[in-house]
Amino acid sequence: MPKLDSTRYTFLFATVVCVVCALLIAVSAVGLHEKQETNALLYRQKNVLLAAGLVKPDEDLPAKELLRIFDENIRVRLVDIATGELVPVAQQDPKAYDQRRARNDPAQSRVAPPNNAGVSRLPNLGAVYFVMKGDAVRLVVLPIEGVGMWGTCYGFLALEPDGNTVRGLTYYDQKETPGLGGEISNPKWQAVWNGRKIYNEAWEPQLTVIKGKAGPPDKDPLRVDGLSGATITSVGVSRLTTFWMSNDGWGRFLKIFRQGGKL
Amino acid sequence: MTATEAIFGKGERTALIAPIIANNPIGVQVLGICSALAVTTRLDKALVMGIGVVIVTACANLAVSLVRNWIPNSIRIIVQLAIIASLVIVVDQVLKAYLYELSLELSVFVGLIITNCIVMGRAEGYAMQNPPWASFLDGVGNGLGYALVLLLVALARELTGAGRIFGYVVLPVTTDGGWYVPNGLMLLAPSGLFIIALLVWLLRTWKPELQEKD
Repeated sequence: MPKLDSTRYTFLFATVVCVVCALLIAVSAVGLHEKQETNALLYRQKNVLLAAGLVKPDEDLPAKELLRIFDENIRVRLVDIATGELVPVAQQDPKAYDQRRARNDPAQSRVAPPNNAGVSRLPNLGAVYFVMKGDAVRLVVLPIEGVGMWGTCYGFLALEPDGNTVRGLTYYDQKETPGLGGEISNPKWQAVWNGRKIYNEAWEPQLTVIKGKAGPPDKDPLRVDGLSGATITSVGVSRLTTFWMSNDGWGRFLKIFRQGGKL
Repeated sequence: MTATEAIFGKGERTALIAPIIANNPIGVQVLGICSALAVTTRLDKALVMGIGVVIVTACANLAVSLVRNWIPNSIRIIVQLAIIASLVIVVDQVLKAYLYELSLELSVFVGLIITNCIVMGRAEGYAMQNPPWASFLDGVGNGLGYALVLLLVALARELTGAGRIFGYVVLPVTTDGGWYVPNGLMLLAPSGLFIIALLVWLLRTWKPELQEKD
């Protein structure tokens, strides 16, 4: 038995503990990595399907079924956000692209132009999801993000081929107050976006989340019901929608898309 | 002494059962309050957090107890912390691999198990002096005691705050077209304090021997 309080033994013991702990963590991280990546991808795809209305919010489908629906209906493409042009598939595989990771990688992103949506970095490329019906594009689903009250809200917005009419919205990752701002994840509230228009007649993004209730989409297309008790979240959602629909976000892409740009 | 007694003797039974109610880590030892406030807005979160703490406390106690006679006294706390932190990271990794959607919401709090006073308190206060098997049971018991309180608090908060139990609608809320106006306060952290205080009060009324003499 060595002397427990000698300096040499203390260092030896500390080293052994560190090595054993490091091994344990490394084995679990490497061993589970592939499964975690699959999960993250599947979760993203599920939320695209939710925004596109191809999966209902209360449906609990197995992974295989989700993948089948995704592969049958969705075509993913990468877009150069600054120009709005589609990136040729041969150049980069869109399916494996992780926009959130790219945003944090200085080599694949840039500092965002000044904005009030809390977007600090923009990825060079963004992933857009075309919802197909045969060979025709039925909807386009665009990732959006911005700061609410407590943190960044990540979502998807589905638009019609006119690049203007909203057909679906999801917020799949947000830290807003449950029951108040957290209601942005409530499918009931997301449904009131259905049929609203993003742009005014001058093609400037104008859709705003207001205080109180907005009229029906055909009479009051540029306004959406606010969430009571969650003014800051409502304003955040409003601003981030405006930012992403402007020319700093998806605006240039949507312009090309509206004019029937090639897939 | 028979074989079963050696494995499940009186000492081991006490180690396992006492912390569930009579020596409950939250209600009696008043440890681990912070995470009890954060993860009790929904039952499924509370359940996963409870299971996580059971696993971490049990394994940490086991590991610390196994090496308790070799740990140099001057670095014993940091050694316990290293063991606990490693276990927590492993639990977080497993959650991300198998319960991805829950892990998105829980990850922050799972990380905070490291600083949960229960885990460290039991490692220092029990596992350093007791054999591995008893320490393991003590860890399971304390984890269960913590999980029990978490579930009770989450039950009260999810039911009154969102009208649901485990996500199933029990009281249809007005925002979904029902009749129940949910109590928003119940979803915020302060309500967790109120409910835990109520539970502590109930526990001490039921077991007056827990009351301190002043």
